[in-house]
Amino acid sequence: MTPADLLRQLGHRVTSRLWRLGFASRFLLMTLLYSGTALKRFQLTIREIYFTGVLSLIIILVSGLFVGMVLGLQGYDTLQRYGSSEALGILVALSLVRELGPVVAALLFASRAGSAITAEIGLMKATEQLSAMEMMAVNPIARVVAPRFWAGVISMPLLAALFSAMGVLGGWLVGVQLIGVDEGSFWSQMQAAVDFRQDIMNGVIKSCVFGVLVSWIAVFEGFDADPTAEGVSRATTRTVVTSSLAILAADFVLTAFMFRGI
Amino acid sequence: MSSEPLVQIRDLNFSYDSRAILSGINMVIPRGKIVAIMGLSGCGKTTTLRLVGGQLKPSSGAVRVAGQVVHELDNEGLYAMRRRMGMLFQFGALFTDMSVYDNVAFQMREHTDLPAEMIHDLVLMKLHAVGLRGAHDLMPAELSGGMARRVALARAIALDPLLIMYDEPFAGLDPISLSIVGELIRKLNDALGISSIVVTHDVQESLKIVDYVYFMAGGKIVAEGTAEDIRRSTEPFVHQFVWGEIDGPMNFHYPAAAYGKEMMEQPGKPRRWWA
Repeated sequence: MTPADLLRQLGHRVTSRLWRLGFASRFLLMTLLYSGTALKRFQLTIREIYFTGVLSLIIILVSGLFVGMVLGLQGYDTLQRYGSSEALGILVALSLVRELGPVVAALLFASRAGSAITAEIGLMKATEQLSAMEMMAVNPIARVVAPRFWAGVISMPLLAALFSAMGVLGGWLVGVQLIGVDEGSFWSQMQAAVDFRQDIMNGVIKSCVFGVLVSWIAVFEGFDADPTAEGVSRATTRTVVTSSLAILAADFVLTAFMFRGI
Repeated sequence: MSSEPLVQIRDLNFSYDSRAILSGINMVIPRGKIVAIMGLSGCGKTTTLRLVGGQLKPSSGAVRVAGQVVHELDNEGLYAMRRRMGMLFQFGALFTDMSVYDNVAFQMREHTDLPAEMIHDLVLMKLHAVGLRGAHDLMPAELSGGMARRVALARAIALDPLLIMYDEPFAGLDPISLSIVGELIRKLNDALGISSIVVTHDVQESLKIVDYVYFMAGGKIVAEGTAEDIRRSTEPFVHQFVWGEIDGPMNFHYPAAAYGKEMMEQPGKPRRWWA
C-alpha cells in the first residue's frame, strides 16, 4: 500500500465520521422539532420512562449502594492516616454528587437502557415497522424516537440523584455502622461542606447533559442501524461504546468549567 | 368518480448511486382493479411500490396518484396522500409492542378524533372482515404468519383507503392461508371499491385474483396483459416464470469462470481466516 493510499484511506475515514456526525446532528434537530407529539401526548413518553427509567432502578440502586460502600472503606483507610476520619462524610458525599453519581449512573444507564433503545428501534427498522408507520402517514421520529429521547433525558438526572443517595447510604453503612466513625460528625460535616449550588446543582447539570448525550446516541444508532441482525448488534455495541466515551469526555470538559476556581 | 386511472406511472427511472434499478417503467392502475407486478426477486418490484408510496424519489419520470405527482408533494401533501393509501408489508410489519386491536386502531387514533367507542366498533368491523375478530386481544408474537398477514390487511384498510399496495402478500404462507389471503384481497377490493397493486412472485395464486399483470425483469417491463394473456404467453421469460421451468432465459448457474479451468486451479485461501 502506497503512502498516498494510506492518506486517502485516512481522509476517507475522517470525512465519513464527519458526515455521520453531521447526520446525527440533523437527526437531533429533527427530534427536537418533532417533539410536539411526545410532549402533548405525554402518556407516550411516560410509557418510555417506565421502560428506560423505572426498569433501570434496580441496577442503579444496587450499584450506588456498592460504590458508596467501597468509598466508605477506601476513604476511611486514607483519611485515618491523617487522623481526619470524621471527614469521611464529606469525601463520600462530594465524590458522589460531583462525579460518581452522574458519571457512573450515566454509564450504567447507557448500557442498560441505551442499548435497549437502540436494539428496539433497530429491530423496528429491520422488521419494516418504521416504514409501515411512515406509509401510514405517521412520522416515526415524532412517534417512536422523540418519546424515547425525552424519556432518557428526564430519567437520567433522577437516576443519578438516586444513585448518589444510595451511595451516601452505603458510605454511612460502612463508615458509621461497620467501622464506627462518629455518626454526628459524619452527617454534620457532610451538611456543612456540600454546597447546594456549587456541588449538587453542578452534578444535576452534568447528569442532564449525559442524559441528552446517551439518549441522542441511542436513538440515532437505532435509527441508523443496518436493517439486519448483524447491523442491529453492531449498532447496540456502538451505542454503549460511543456513549461511554462521550460521557467521560463531556465529564472532563464540564468539570474543567465548573470547578476551576477551587 | 372520474374515469381517470388512479395511478399512472410515466417513463419512470430510478437509480441507486449509479446503479440503474428501474428504467422506462410505464404502468396504469385503473380504479377498482387489481394489478399485479411480477418478476424475480431483485427485479425492482418493491422499489416501484416505494416510488408510488413516495418513500423514494425517481431519478426521472413521474408517478401520479389521483392526479397528484407524488415526488412533487411537500411533506404535508405526501402525508395527506398516504392517509388514502394502505400498504401491506411482506411479513405484515405489525407493531410488536401493541396488541392486534391497537395495531388496527393505530391510524384511527393518530389521524382522527373519533371517540373510543366508535374506534372500538370500527376496529372490530375491520377485524371481522378478515375473520380475526376473536383474536383482537392477542399480541403479534402469538399469531401465525397467515394471521399476522390478515391483521396487517385489517390495519391497511383501517382508514378506507383508495389504494392498497401489497408487498409479497403470499410469501411464506401455507396453502390454506395463501388462498384465504388471496380471496380477501379480491373481496376487499371489490367490496370497498379500492384499487390494488400486488407485488408478488407467486404466479398461480395471483393469476387467480388479478385483473392485469405487469412482468418485470432487470428493471424493465418485459410483458403485460390479463391473467389469461400471461398464461398463454410465448415470451420465453414469462413462460419459464409462469410454469416454473428450470431451463430458459434465466440461468440456474450464477455467472462463473469456465468449469474446467476453475477445477484445475490451486485451492485459494479461505475467504475468512476462521473458516
